[in-house]
Amino acid sequence: MPNHTTYKFPFTILVVTLFICFLGNISLGSVSIPLSSVFKSLFASIDNESWHYIIHNYRLPKAFTALLVGSGLGISGLLMQTLFRNPLAGPFVLGISSGASLGVAIVILGAGIFGGSLAALLVSKWSVVIAASFGSFLVLLSVMTVSLKVRDTMAILIIGLMFGSITAAVVSVLSYFSSAEQLQQYIFWGFGSLGNLSWNELLIFFSIYLVGLIMSILSIKALNTLLLGENYAKSLGLNINQSRIIIIIATSLLAGTITAFAGPIAFIGLAIPHMVRQIFTTANHKILLPAVFLFGAIVMLICDSIAQLPMSDYTLPINAITSLLGAPVVIWLLVRKRKMLF
Amino acid sequence: MNHNNSQNNILKTENLVIGYASKKHQIVVASNIDLELHQGELVGLVGANGIGKSTLLRTLTKVQEPLNGSIFINDKSLAQISALELSKILSLVLTEPPASKNLTVLELVALGRQPYTNWIGSLAPEDISIIESALIQTNIQQLKNKKCFELSDGQLQKAMISRALAQDTSIIVLDEPTTHLDMYHKAYILKLLKTLAKETNKTILFSSHEIELAIQLCDRMIVMTDSQVISDDPCNLISQGIFNQLFPEDMIAFDDKTGSFRVNK
Repeated sequence: MPNHTTYKFPFTILVVTLFICFLGNISLGSVSIPLSSVFKSLFASIDNESWHYIIHNYRLPKAFTALLVGSGLGISGLLMQTLFRNPLAGPFVLGISSGASLGVAIVILGAGIFGGSLAALLVSKWSVVIAASFGSFLVLLSVMTVSLKVRDTMAILIIGLMFGSITAAVVSVLSYFSSAEQLQQYIFWGFGSLGNLSWNELLIFFSIYLVGLIMSILSIKALNTLLLGENYAKSLGLNINQSRIIIIIATSLLAGTITAFAGPIAFIGLAIPHMVRQIFTTANHKILLPAVFLFGAIVMLICDSIAQLPMSDYTLPINAITSLLGAPVVIWLLVRKRKMLF
Repeated sequence: MNHNNSQNNILKTENLVIGYASKKHQIVVASNIDLELHQGELVGLVGANGIGKSTLLRTLTKVQEPLNGSIFINDKSLAQISALELSKILSLVLTEPPASKNLTVLELVALGRQPYTNWIGSLAPEDISIIESALIQTNIQQLKNKKCFELSDGQLQKAMISRALAQDTSIIVLDEPTTHLDMYHKAYILKLLKTLAKETNKTILFSSHEIELAIQLCDRMIVMTDSQVISDDPCNLISQGIFNQLFPEDMIAFDDKTGSFRVNK
């Protein structure tokens, strides 16, 4: 596709904003640290050891997590909207988040059934991550198997929603039989959290994320062709089935790991691509993909800063903040523009 | 005109049988189809609703498999031509609009270059000049920055034809390109196709219900009736009385002298 407009100006603004938001994010928190000390600690050690510790082992990993979560969810939303030719598609319509929820519910809520020491072993951090990844992967595998048989993408979308309903029902049954304590733990996971990731965990998160990102970049041409519809794409020599599988795997790697490490985070995947389309009036994924990457990261960093409630000891659930921000945007788009395009 | 010169024969079918096959039985839509299309010809495919025009076009463009018989493009069997290879020989204009109406006309036309571009779809200077001339040939340069949802039906149809031109194929197949258009735009689109066939030496095959317009403009017509699929010069078809077989004769009759249909009152 031709880029007679290269969008250099908006891209520069986005990159600068991303840096400001990143620095702003690590400067804010329940412990007030002067801005100059924050900058200094990034490049050298500072006298105040506890400040240094907070910045390096808490705020920096959290800011990086926010960056990966926002950009990854935005990109998987963009991929899904094009693949399913539906402006309301997001990374979670395929049942990825409900699959993850089911995995986590089985581990946390089902632990009581096994009882005793096994329960303690099960409810560790890694088991939650593994369960979430496994759950989303299983649901995705089923959706992919179906997508090879059912050629209509709209049908796959509905099947994804049905998988979501089934997992939600299983979760309700499990929560009915579990203790208040376990239920609380599950609900807290559902709030989403960007903190609590160590550098090691972040490295694993980043590695899987990177594979998903590279697959998305390799799909740019196929995504542009798919804008015409599947019949035209075929007549342009595109291998539809292969492209569709690569796009679905990319989405699940991105959205699956994000859900595993940070919990189900609502609306970012759906809203970010639409917000970007207001700035970049093109359908070309070569422009949209990097723009969604930057914009998603910025929005997530801002949401996290709000969730920290600066100057207070409270941390609000990140999922609530993204919904409070994302849902009005979608409503505004529908009312203002009368229609949502992809 | 030298239609029977076998050297410029570009698409040919032999004993073609089209239809749908399920595990247990076959539904034959039409059989004994022997066609020959030549370079630079404008070919109109006409027939009543449900006679199998779309099935024939789908089979000729490899969207569906023939039940029997063979199709040759440039003397090569269609079955042996890969999807990417075919995309450089044959382009399509379907009845459906593009899935995303957020595309600009320029982006839409540029997508025609996809078979020739690299892994990320970058356009070489050569691609850009082909896109420019495709826009000029369809007379839509002034629309190039408009989004598809801002276009009228006629403008969108021109943009879709322009996209097919940018694909730079020797054959263009259009499925009912004149539906939803007013009288003027129907004539405009078909005249445009006529000019394109002549100027670019492409073979342009379209299905249509505009039989009277097609008779005036086409170099060759394919007429599908219940009993046969026949292809010839429009004048020969008229003298053979083929158009009278298109519809029940007690309802609609074809007037040879004016080249138009009359409803029997």
